[in-house]
Amino acid sequence: MKTVVVIPAYNEERHVGDVVRSLRSVADAVVVVDDGSADRTGEIAANAGAVVVTHVINRGYGAGTATGIAAALRLGADAIVTFDADGQHAASDVPRIVQPIADGSADVVIGVRTVERDRIPATRRAAHWCANALTYALFGMWVTDSHSGLRAFSCRMAEGMELKCDRMEVASEIIKEIKRGGWRLGEVPIVPIYTEYSLSKGQSFTVGLKTAWRLILSKVLH
Amino acid sequence: MPLIQVIIVAFALYALTRAVLRFRSGELHLGQVALWSAFWIGVGVVAVIPQTTSWLASAVGVGRGADLVIYCSIIALFYAVFRLFVRIERMERHITGLVRQIGLRDARLLEDGERKREVA
Repeated sequence: MKTVVVIPAYNEERHVGDVVRSLRSVADAVVVVDDGSADRTGEIAANAGAVVVTHVINRGYGAGTATGIAAALRLGADAIVTFDADGQHAASDVPRIVQPIADGSADVVIGVRTVERDRIPATRRAAHWCANALTYALFGMWVTDSHSGLRAFSCRMAEGMELKCDRMEVASEIIKEIKRGGWRLGEVPIVPIYTEYSLSKGQSFTVGLKTAWRLILSKVLH
Repeated sequence: MPLIQVIIVAFALYALTRAVLRFRSGELHLGQVALWSAFWIGVGVVAVIPQTTSWLASAVGVGRGADLVIYCSIIALFYAVFRLFVRIERMERHITGLVRQIGLRDARLLEDGERKREVA
């Protein structure tokens, strides 16, 4: 079972090298999508051993994710894992979220941030709940952690998915695709690693509002 | 005839001739030039006979002619903005598709002869 990890990255030169190296033991290949970074993200990722696909201009997390998935499929992946570049995710969680794909009990698995909830800042938890609620209101599917960046897809589901959202709202679009295709969703608890760096890289309130707006817009326009 | 009416009619005639010229050169098709011609002729008529709007307003049950013009303009503007949103969204998707194509091609991940449609 070939597991390919996809890391959309924008100006993440600080941690992407360590993240790629940490994944060597749990993934057959790592694809880093350099989403128009102004720093040395692409170069560092390549030196760390990743397959780097470069967006000549910045298109957003959603676009990076879809490009990464397309690249992973072309590399012959059986399971595709999306992973954050800022160190919020632990490499040791990769085999845990791939397991249900490997044993055939799920087509897609989301790593849900439910363990040690008190480690997550209260404002962040409130924002997660709002995102879940909006996803449910728009697409009729309640997911414990709709905006977790740690997910695993079977190649079958990855091939059937159509992701049109370019930015962070892609997370909700993935939920919509799960419902549309009737794919089986599994949830595995994970502990997010909140350092000062990864917290600063999360969505601020304004960005969250913009994401919500873009999501509503996409429902009307797509 | 008050100056404003002269100016509006002159501009409407100018816009009308531009529309017809664009149709002749193939830039606009029949449906579009018919629509724009009707619009500018309407503008000219309303400029010369302002009572037209009052008559139309009472016909549809609105207070004053000016109110009717404003209501119609707002509806037309909302529709135009919606269409723009749709076009912009489509362009964004095309741009992302192009950027993806370039990225995958540079990474040598595209099979020979693979077409853009599969990548967008």
